[in-house]
Amino acid sequence: MDKSRSIRVALVGNPNTGKTTLFNRLTGSRQKIGNYPGVTVDKKSGTWQSGGRTMTLVDLPGAYSLAATSPDERVALDFLTGHLSGEEKPDAVICVVDASNVVRNLFLASQVADLGLPLVIALNMSDAADKASIRVDAALLARRLGVPVVRTVATRGEGIEALGKAVLHAVESRTLMAEVPWPEAVQRAVKYLAAGLEKEGAQSLAPGELRRILFDRHSAVLERAGWPAGSDPEPLLAASRDILTAAGWQPLSAEALLRYEQLGHLTADAVSFPEKRVRTWTERLDTVLTHRVWGLIVFAAMMFLVFQSIYAWSGPFMDAIDGAVVRMQEWVAPWLAAWPTLQSLVVDGIVGGAGGVFIFLPQILVLFFFIALLEDTGYMARGAFLMDKMFGWCGLNGKSFVPMLSSYACAIPGVLATRTIEDPQARLTTILVSPLMSCSARLPVYVLMIGAFIEPTYGAIAAGVVLFTMHFVGLVVAVPVAWAVNKFVLRTRPQPFLLEMPPYRLPRLRDILWRMWERAREFLVRAGTVIVAMTIIIWALVYFPRPDAVRERVVEELSVLNDPDAVDAAVSAAYIEQSYLARAGRALQPIFAPAGFDWKITVGVLASFPAREVIVATLGTIYGIGGEVDESSGDLRSALTREFWTDGPRAGHPVFTVPVALAIMVFFALCLQCGATVAVMAKEANWGWAIFGFVYMTVLAWLGAVLTYQLGTRWLG
Amino acid sequence: MSGEICPLADLRAGERGRVEDGTADHPAFQRLLAMGLLPGTEVSVVQVAPLGDPVEVEFRGMRLSLRKADAATVQVARLD
Ligand SMILES: Nc1nc2c(ncn2[C@@H]2O[C@H](COP(=O)(O)OP(=O)(O)OP(=O)(O)O)[C@@H](O)[C@H]2O)c(=O)[nH]1
Ligand SMILES: [Mg+2]
Repeated sequence: MDKSRSIRVALVGNPNTGKTTLFNRLTGSRQKIGNYPGVTVDKKSGTWQSGGRTMTLVDLPGAYSLAATSPDERVALDFLTGHLSGEEKPDAVICVVDASNVVRNLFLASQVADLGLPLVIALNMSDAADKASIRVDAALLARRLGVPVVRTVATRGEGIEALGKAVLHAVESRTLMAEVPWPEAVQRAVKYLAAGLEKEGAQSLAPGELRRILFDRHSAVLERAGWPAGSDPEPLLAASRDILTAAGWQPLSAEALLRYEQLGHLTADAVSFPEKRVRTWTERLDTVLTHRVWGLIVFAAMMFLVFQSIYAWSGPFMDAIDGAVVRMQEWVAPWLAAWPTLQSLVVDGIVGGAGGVFIFLPQILVLFFFIALLEDTGYMARGAFLMDKMFGWCGLNGKSFVPMLSSYACAIPGVLATRTIEDPQARLTTILVSPLMSCSARLPVYVLMIGAFIEPTYGAIAAGVVLFTMHFVGLVVAVPVAWAVNKFVLRTRPQPFLLEMPPYRLPRLRDILWRMWERAREFLVRAGTVIVAMTIIIWALVYFPRPDAVRERVVEELSVLNDPDAVDAAVSAAYIEQSYLARAGRALQPIFAPAGFDWKITVGVLASFPAREVIVATLGTIYGIGGEVDESSGDLRSALTREFWTDGPRAGHPVFTVPVALAIMVFFALCLQCGATVAVMAKEANWGWAIFGFVYMTVLAWLGAVLTYQLGTRWLG
Repeated sequence: MSGEICPLADLRAGERGRVEDGTADHPAFQRLLAMGLLPGTEVSVVQVAPLGDPVEVEFRGMRLSLRKADAATVQVARLD
């Protein structure tokens, strides 16, 4: 074949067999892996150099069959049949097979081979199979199947060279897997179907593709074959399937029976299991972790521990960063003393605002440490098992659990992860409620409020409890929301829910550290770009206008005091009170008055709609300008506690009370203040639903905040 | 009682069965077929979730969590 053209190779296989781990090894990429099915939901390409050739490797979502009942499986099918827009069929396919479960994994390989694609089998996780004394005779299997079989351990990079050679060989000689000896009825039905399609003027299809249409309830292949729009394919399908029925085959189960029968013969003696079944670690752990009583206790205890640690472990690091921010302000301020406006922009605006957000990096790291741990050990699937019933009644799928848990990190991957949900309506519901999960960007708000108002009054345990509760508010609200959406808007019917429970695995520190670093980088980039930009705008709106009349008036009023510091502070305060931001804030404050917010919190909340961390930066900037330049906003917490109402019914009382702090947290817990998430929702559903999501969450957030404040002031005084 | 035919959903934690048949046109059964839960395959119920649903079953050395409604599409003959 043409040596200059780059060879295109696809990675397919059952979910969680190590396709992405292999992909990362071969291409040097860093795509996300995790020990649960459905990590990869979209195709990803990379370059693979092997044997002097350059290949384009494409990692695909996992699938048990080509029936493609969910959007992610559909991506795999469309890619393999060459129907993905702008993509040709691959030149060869690596089917990644779990060496501990060869027969089931080969079912998909057999379907892929049927599409006429040259195939190589990667017997992955052979280390785990060895440990369980499961023997696979790769050479015998290769001879029987007719395609190369290569033992690999993707995590350690074993077998990679052999895999490269095998792929090049497969491309050159187009090695095809042994075909299933189809019964005469199947052949007849396929011919009948082909003739019928031709009569309708549809694109002509290979026999393997025709078998997909015949055997799968609603195959996407039919749709892609150019079946005439508007005409109903059902009569033709029914007539073709009747041929099978007449011969005694159930059309929708015939394929599984035939393929598994053939695979049974082909793998006989090539795969052997240990005589005496050994009790695996997974079995032992599951007797406790999925137990109906112990399982729940461990689950609750673990969640509590996670949030307690987020709070407890990051304290010292936070103080260190806090100190660094203050030192930086002190260091920069004198340099810019000659230009007071620029000094204020840099010290109060950029360093005070964005620096205030940087302080929360330690919490983000601790949170992601735990999330990575849950994902890599295999506990995620157990969580889904334990929680399914609690979410199932409201129309959420057990498979909603993974997207929802991912949303605790960030709603964007969470919304993408809904692609593993077959039912379009259950998927849409999950997209709509996922942003209610408390993402890591909310953490700074919680920590700021808890640190300033809960911990000093109620202690460290209470602080952990409040943090834990805030992370549950969204989840608790999500259930009735999903119920209402399903009941009144979408009318979802129950869908099958099957989730493979992966074996527990010891996570690799490298993978965990990498994920923490990735997240940290994302957080810092966000703080350095969007948040700095927002901060500069906020700073300008707080700093201007600065008419001299204001200063002169205050100086004159306070001239008797003879205390220049007090005069300076009063001047700053007077400037802020008449700034553009204050005018806007005062105009809008009545909206949030029932939640106990003053105008500063109001503008903070409103400025945070593009990205929720902006609240911290905004408060940092406002109080930074308000304070004296050189000892400014580093300590936002204490600045908040020193804030009093200047007018209105509560004049002279502190603005921030425990109910106000709680109301702010509840507002942020429930509100969709993230432009990027709205955009992803629009992409995965459509703009209509994205706007719906935004509106309902904003309304809910306002109600939640008002309710919290009103009840809070009643109970806590 | 051994040999008795019942839906997979009726097995309790720790019980085993051998698949006899299933509701061929049910989407859940088709997916189970693709995973290799065919007539003749042995299957056991490992755990039942806290609220009685879903169940965790094991067959062909793999563990699967599925809802009782879906498990009811599979008919098994009880073993032991
Ligand atoms: N012991 C062992 N573990 C492996 C091997 N390859 C991958 N893993 C682990 O298996 C898990 C799944 O790996 P992934 O690469 O995410 O699997 P995938 O096939 O891409 O999964 P999906 O994208 O969900 O279909 C991870 O925890 C890996 O660390 C291997 O050869 N041996
Ligand atoms: Mg993957």
